[in-house]
Amino acid sequence: MSSGHHIVPGEATLIERVKALTGVQLSHCYQCGKCAAGCPVGDQMDLTSSQIFRLVQLGFPELEEKALRSEGIWLCLACETCSTRCPQEIEISKVMDALRSEALKRGLSHPKSRDILAFHRAFLGAVKLAGRLNEVGMVADYKRRTGHFLKDILVAPRMFLKGKLGLIPHRIKDRAGLRAIFRRTLSKNTSDRG
Amino acid sequence: MRIGYYPGCSLLGSSREFDESTRAVLKALDVELVEVPDWNCCGASSAHVLDHELSLALPARIMALAEAAGLDEILAPCAACSNRLLTARQELSNHPEKRAEIETAIGMPYAGRVRIVNVLEVLDRLKDRIAEKCVASFQHSVACYYGCLLVRPPRVVDFDRPEDPQSLDRVMASVGANPIDWPFKTECCGAAFSMTRTDIVAKLGAKILSGAVKRGAEALIVACPMCHSNLDLRRDAINAHLKANGGQPSDVPVLFVTQVIGLALGIDPKTLGLQRHLVSVQLPKAESATAGTTV
Repeated sequence: MSSGHHIVPGEATLIERVKALTGVQLSHCYQCGKCAAGCPVGDQMDLTSSQIFRLVQLGFPELEEKALRSEGIWLCLACETCSTRCPQEIEISKVMDALRSEALKRGLSHPKSRDILAFHRAFLGAVKLAGRLNEVGMVADYKRRTGHFLKDILVAPRMFLKGKLGLIPHRIKDRAGLRAIFRRTLSKNTSDRG
Repeated sequence: MRIGYYPGCSLLGSSREFDESTRAVLKALDVELVEVPDWNCCGASSAHVLDHELSLALPARIMALAEAAGLDEILAPCAACSNRLLTARQELSNHPEKRAEIETAIGMPYAGRVRIVNVLEVLDRLKDRIAEKCVASFQHSVACYYGCLLVRPPRVVDFDRPEDPQSLDRVMASVGANPIDWPFKTECCGAAFSMTRTDIVAKLGAKILSGAVKRGAEALIVACPMCHSNLDLRRDAINAHLKANGGQPSDVPVLFVTQVIGLALGIDPKTLGLQRHLVSVQLPKAESATAGTTV
């Protein structure tokens, strides 16, 4: 049976890596473009989901790298509009997660991913510390990581007055158990952490 | 009726009125909430971006704790939490080989027995009791805004229609509201980009807000903390975007579904946390004698 690939896929190709990480076979995409058309941030992307998938399908290292270097993979909001509408039922946001983790692993992530990554790391850092998210602590850490110190300087006091900003973190009892979860997953799987 | 309760982190902070109104409404409807002991964050929009295993382990710990506490069902009012719990539950049930690995990660047995329900499912079960106890019908035109995570992806959440859902419209109609017909029910609000790409949140929020206002909505009704904070806390950014692009800024408020049900049940606005919104909840007087609500 023909594989349908332009080159013989091996362990090393990104399409195989995506399959291993998500179970999704990207060769099922027949480029109808419905995902990109309905994407709420499609107009902001340098490469849309369907274009990224095409690059991955072709299997050439330089095209795979172009896909991993795109800003598009970082702008995906995981709103699942695309995967809901995909006629091939491809779980597109799962693929985007896998492409982001590959981009990080290979040190190829787009420069504009910096703030987005800083946010996710600040978020998980706060969770690792207390077990629950303390929004104030998370935002402070995000600002430290990005240098965006003036961001939301006007919204925060209004939120505080409305009782929406808790200054004291809600800490769970089994924090040691929670840290162990991070040690056995995130720390084990990624070397690139902030 | 007794049900497990997983409030999640947003309901302790930026969306605490969702927690306050959920607790008040369910108490008024004689439902006992049993909080999952020592619950942790579900990983929200961040864990799955950085590590797939972590995005399974965090929800698994919550469900394992619920199992150990003898709960067979958890209400997760936050749409992001319920989505993450359902996603992890489904993956661990479809791939039993991953279960052992996750059990090791969380240091607890996980059987996958606990069901996850969202707030609309619970309100739907209680519709007869709501009708019985409704003392102030909410006679306003409302835009029911479902967002993404309640209805997508359908293969995971298996709830309502993914493109034109009806459950929230039915709940609103049951307390006298007039749910408008509009096309942005499930458009994305920008979700976790509130901090990092406020420009995108402003643009997407502007489309949703003006779409609702143009079709006569006096309020937007939501069941998701991210939808609420992007449309309420980010209203200045949304209005600035509208102004810059020839649109009409708006002060139409955004209410949680549980706040509306609470008002209909005669619970006082303060208990429901209506004073906590940045866009103040001022509704035009209703046509009938039951009158509108001003907070």
